[in-house]
Amino acid sequence: MRNAFAQQITALGKQDPRVVLLSGDIGNRLFDEFKATCPGRFYNCGVAEANMIGVAAGLAMNGLRPVCYTIAPFVTYRCMEQIRVDVCYHDVPVTIVGTGAGLAYASLGATHHSCEEMGMLRLLPGMSVLAPADEWEVRAAVKAALRHPHPVYIRLGKKGEPVVHTAEPEFRIGRAIPMRSGDAVCLLAAGTVLPMSILAADILGQRNVSTAVYSVHSIKPLDTELMAAVFARFKLVATVEEHSVLGGLGGAVAEWAGELPSPRPRHLRFGTGDEFLHETCEQEEARAHFGLTAVAIADRISRSLAS
Amino acid sequence: MSALPMPVAISPAELQRLSRRIRYKLIEMSHRSGAPHLGSAMSCTDILVAAYFGGVVQIDPKQPQDPERDRFILSKGHAASALYVTLAERGFFPREWLETFATHGSPLAEQPAPNCAPGVELATGSLGHGLPVGVGAALAARIHQRDYRVFVVMSDGECNEGSVWEAAMFAPACRLDRLCVVVDYNKWQATGRSNDVMSLAPLVKKWEAFGWSATEVDGHDVAGLAAKMSRVPDGTGQPVAIIAHTVKGKGVSFMEDDNNWHYRIPKAAEVAAARKELGVE
Repeated sequence: MRNAFAQQITALGKQDPRVVLLSGDIGNRLFDEFKATCPGRFYNCGVAEANMIGVAAGLAMNGLRPVCYTIAPFVTYRCMEQIRVDVCYHDVPVTIVGTGAGLAYASLGATHHSCEEMGMLRLLPGMSVLAPADEWEVRAAVKAALRHPHPVYIRLGKKGEPVVHTAEPEFRIGRAIPMRSGDAVCLLAAGTVLPMSILAADILGQRNVSTAVYSVHSIKPLDTELMAAVFARFKLVATVEEHSVLGGLGGAVAEWAGELPSPRPRHLRFGTGDEFLHETCEQEEARAHFGLTAVAIADRISRSLAS
Repeated sequence: MSALPMPVAISPAELQRLSRRIRYKLIEMSHRSGAPHLGSAMSCTDILVAAYFGGVVQIDPKQPQDPERDRFILSKGHAASALYVTLAERGFFPREWLETFATHGSPLAEQPAPNCAPGVELATGSLGHGLPVGVGAALAARIHQRDYRVFVVMSDGECNEGSVWEAAMFAPACRLDRLCVVVDYNKWQATGRSNDVMSLAPLVKKWEAFGWSATEVDGHDVAGLAAKMSRVPDGTGQPVAIIAHTVKGKGVSFMEDDNNWHYRIPKAAEVAAARKELGVE
């Protein structure tokens, strides 16, 4: 994903002289081509994220299109107030890109986990929150963000994620992408959990549970048109994300669905829990800890349907 | 007096009279609106007068969005009343707006909102934001190959914020020599002496050590301030830091260096006494 980001931002930087890339002392060699082809428009801002966000706001206020890139927790939690005041309050087009989001850096410990940042950023007025699912969606999300005249946050995994799409999908902020059709259960997947969600749908299909899947890359704005259709049609809706079940896609959908008249479909939230992960483990083990595997998702949905 | 066209160059005596009149207006506005931070506003008044009336900030009040204008950011947003009065005096917006200060629906809130009034470059109020944004503005000038300068006025208490020192390390690395910080060093912050709360001194050496061309000046010597600020860029290739020694509540004997005026609102009798001391008709 990060290579796709680097390639896309380089391509956009070549086309648009307003694109400025700010890095928080990360991406060694990743941006060599950007630096070579967009001279004077790459700045390593050091390990100083609060300043980086303020600098980006200052650039955006003066007609440029800055993109801030570093590891997700540091470009979000660390400088939350700068994002709120400098970027969102002024409503300037700054794109913030968090790499290694969710549990991608599971082995580096909870300082490097990022399972709350979508919820935090979603609260900020005017901020869009995007979780692309694979490298094709990353490319599309970066293009959409740089066309968007307001703040955008994009969370990335790291590298080597499975590729789901075969080409760049039609991508609009606030509009989910249909992946599988079905009529009993609907899985709404945000980000790199899309492959496991598709797999879970396949498992449910083998159990004769027809399961639809959407790539809900926009956590904010939420695709409320789709939500209305989904909650009118399916008997069970499940949100899946590598993020806390509080505040992310699950939280957003629950907030939205909470105002629907009863009876309404059951909504199951798959995500990380209200805890720090203290286990030493890799990403797959961390996901399993939180029940984020295709089998665990399918099993919980089957149990829910039977109850 | 009427709004002045740019560039402005008026006599030292006139600058002093203007400072006194602005200070009186601040006292009156605080009294009427009940808005605090009067001591902080009076402390930086001469810095604002130097910037806008000492021929420093190159900006046409009739074209406040001109891409070539110098940017002036009052990062210590709690002193916004001083910025508003200065901008009104300079002709950015009608003086009548000042009468609405901090009242419901006014463009002029106690601390400025984004694009609230012509000439206000940044919504401030949370400390430690003006310098990073100013660095971004200066970097934008470099990228756009424009010649404008960026001035950021901060308080000494504001120098407690880590983001200030992040920006202080970054700007010299980018050799942003058209960037100038003025620290309104009145030796007080909200609830204590700034050098008791944090180890702030020696401020000039700190900025120097961070890679800035740093000097100090009497922050109430308008001509001296204007001379130093006009010298940006100063030929060193470094950003410029001016440590302006000031007195909180400057200009009125019973307010000077009394930190109660960080929050106190002047009563009618105090307004009248201040008026007399400031020699405002």
